[in-house]
Amino acid sequence: MTLWHVVLVASVATAALKFVGYLVPAGFLERERPARIADLLTIALLAALIAVQALGAGQALVVDARIPALIVAAALYAVRVPFVLVVAAAAAVAAGIRAVT
Amino acid sequence: MSAERARVVRDGLAVGLATAAYGISFGALAVAAGLDVWQACVLSLVMFTGGSQFALVGVIAAGGAAAGPAAIASSVMLGLRNVVYGMRMSPIVRPTGWKRIVAPWWTIDESVAVALAQRAPALQRVGFWVTGAAIYVGWNLTTLIGALIGDALGDTSAWGLDAAAAAAFLGLLWPRLKSVQAGAVAAGAAVVAALATPVLAPGLPVLVAAVVAVVVGWWNLFGRRAEQAAGA
Repeated sequence: MTLWHVVLVASVATAALKFVGYLVPAGFLERERPARIADLLTIALLAALIAVQALGAGQALVVDARIPALIVAAALYAVRVPFVLVVAAAAAVAAGIRAVT
Repeated sequence: MSAERARVVRDGLAVGLATAAYGISFGALAVAAGLDVWQACVLSLVMFTGGSQFALVGVIAAGGAAAGPAAIASSVMLGLRNVVYGMRMSPIVRPTGWKRIVAPWWTIDESVAVALAQRAPALQRVGFWVTGAAIYVGWNLTTLIGALIGDALGDTSAWGLDAAAAAAFLGLLWPRLKSVQAGAVAAGAAVVAALATPVLAPGLPVLVAAVVAVVVGWWNLFGRRAEQAAGA
């Protein structure tokens, strides 16, 4: 599987999902349990991606400059700094720590 | 009504501009993960749903093309909420003709949020279309710009782009952490993913962590009655 296959299959599958919502009659996912699971899936996947992105190095877990950067990012989100500025600040913190260590 | 309409157009454009700015980070991170500029652009043009795009790039960054199936599964699972949005928007937008293609495509967090914030159906439609169009144009332009910047940066870890990716995911997660249940799922999923990282192939820890959502969601653990009523 090349990266192009991954990009195309995932793009078509994800775009197709958007059409499903318009084609099927309202009902199934409006019910409480499926709607709740769909919401929580988004949260679980994003949290898992944060953990892997902040701690993973291949199959090892490594604590490095990413952790202080993530803490700074959380503090900035807490005081409602816009997304783009927070992402740039996180990159700057990690790059700064790496430059001096 | 026309003053109201102008207000909705302004709201939609503002949300569109703010969201489009994320595209810079997406483009740069996609290239940092190993995609080329065109692959980053195809994701924004065709997939066009930020969470899924960031997820695909995150898994590829961890495991490369070998983690492809896990990357696809992650982005599809994150795209499932768009099905719910579609069901909500379909009776409001009632698209006909070419709009039957474009309306579902532009059904994303932000266009739905702006639409549902309005009361009158006519204003809901204005909010949906203005926001969707602004983001589609802006997001694709900024993806290209971000990807070209990422391409020019070279050694991405010296620039802290790996930390930027974690911060980007946190930014997508932050507004969703509004209940005890959401916080519990986020914490549980992060722990499961971290613990699974040394023992599973790259990409799979993220999928395994999704089980936390299914278990908590099925039995409504940590959920309150009041929230259920509000969510229904």
